[in-house]
Amino acid sequence: MAAHSVHPPGFAHQFETVEQQREAGHLGMWIFLATEILFFGGMFTAYIVYRALHLSSFILGSHQLVVKFGAMNTAVLICSSLTMALAIRTAQTGGSKGVVIVWLLLTMALGAAFLGIKLRYEWYRDYMEGLIPGVAWLSGGTHTPGVKMFMCFYFFMTGLHALHMVVGLGILTVLVIMTVRNRFSAEYYSPLEISGLYWHFVDIVWIFLFPLLYLIGGRYPGS
Amino acid sequence: MTEEHHASDYHAPHIVPVGTYVLVFLALMLGTALTTWIAYIDLRAWNTVAALTIAVCKMLLVVLFFMHVKYSKGLTRIVIVGAFFWLGIMITLTCSDMLTRHWEIVPEGWSAGALHLFRLLF
Repeated sequence: MAAHSVHPPGFAHQFETVEQQREAGHLGMWIFLATEILFFGGMFTAYIVYRALHLSSFILGSHQLVVKFGAMNTAVLICSSLTMALAIRTAQTGGSKGVVIVWLLLTMALGAAFLGIKLRYEWYRDYMEGLIPGVAWLSGGTHTPGVKMFMCFYFFMTGLHALHMVVGLGILTVLVIMTVRNRFSAEYYSPLEISGLYWHFVDIVWIFLFPLLYLIGGRYPGS
Repeated sequence: MTEEHHASDYHAPHIVPVGTYVLVFLALMLGTALTTWIAYIDLRAWNTVAALTIAVCKMLLVVLFFMHVKYSKGLTRIVIVGAFFWLGIMITLTCSDMLTRHWEIVPEGWSAGALHLFRLLF
């Protein structure tokens, strides 16, 4: 019975081993991410269908977006994925909690930078240029219905992605508080790892949104 | 299975070297630059193929290394493959339906057609 006292921190009684607990956590998170893949997948499928039906309008709509800001935000999110991975690695290797907090705060700063660029240089610009169907629409022409459809997809897809980023920032705030309160060690850091999976997933969604909304169809003259 | 066994049965999870993370990060940044650059070159339909191929490669790098799937167990992998399999079902069946239909354009617009139908019925 003395062995009870050497239970690793954060080890729940229903599991046989720490390893089993860790794997169960991963499995559960991936099942949640599977529902997320199909949630975003529904929008991607709808995008494919409407793009096929209104190809020229969708390319015209895509040209309304600024590639520079989309590419910049892709880079910002990739940086944030690296800092998240390094935060988890620091906890895994028993690094000081100060270093974990620095990586987490850096991840949050990059996530906030993404949202800042999105709001200030993209959505606000779209509003000023009259590219929001039903709110501010200034352009005309024969392709208008199709371009409006494209912009609707753009706002719903980037909007839901941004919502996931906001949730991610909330999760990271909780992780910082937990780290400050010494909740993690080299033996137990599952919340960090599980949240990392979520953060990387949101990064992957953007990795697909960037080419689908900004690039495909081409940006070369005459495209 | 004794209590002592539980405590000592702990296998340290795989720790990815910092160098691997940095390499994956650099590959992802390179992929972003490459996909942006290719969009400005006229490849016709291949622009779309190139953009999506690069996106899939970037996704695989994130999933395998940042999300540690390269070092994960079978059951987790089955869930991931299952998720993408179902996504594949959704996309393929939707497209096979849509692309094999004979779409006809209603000349006076769907609303006029619906109104006509409404008047006929009521």
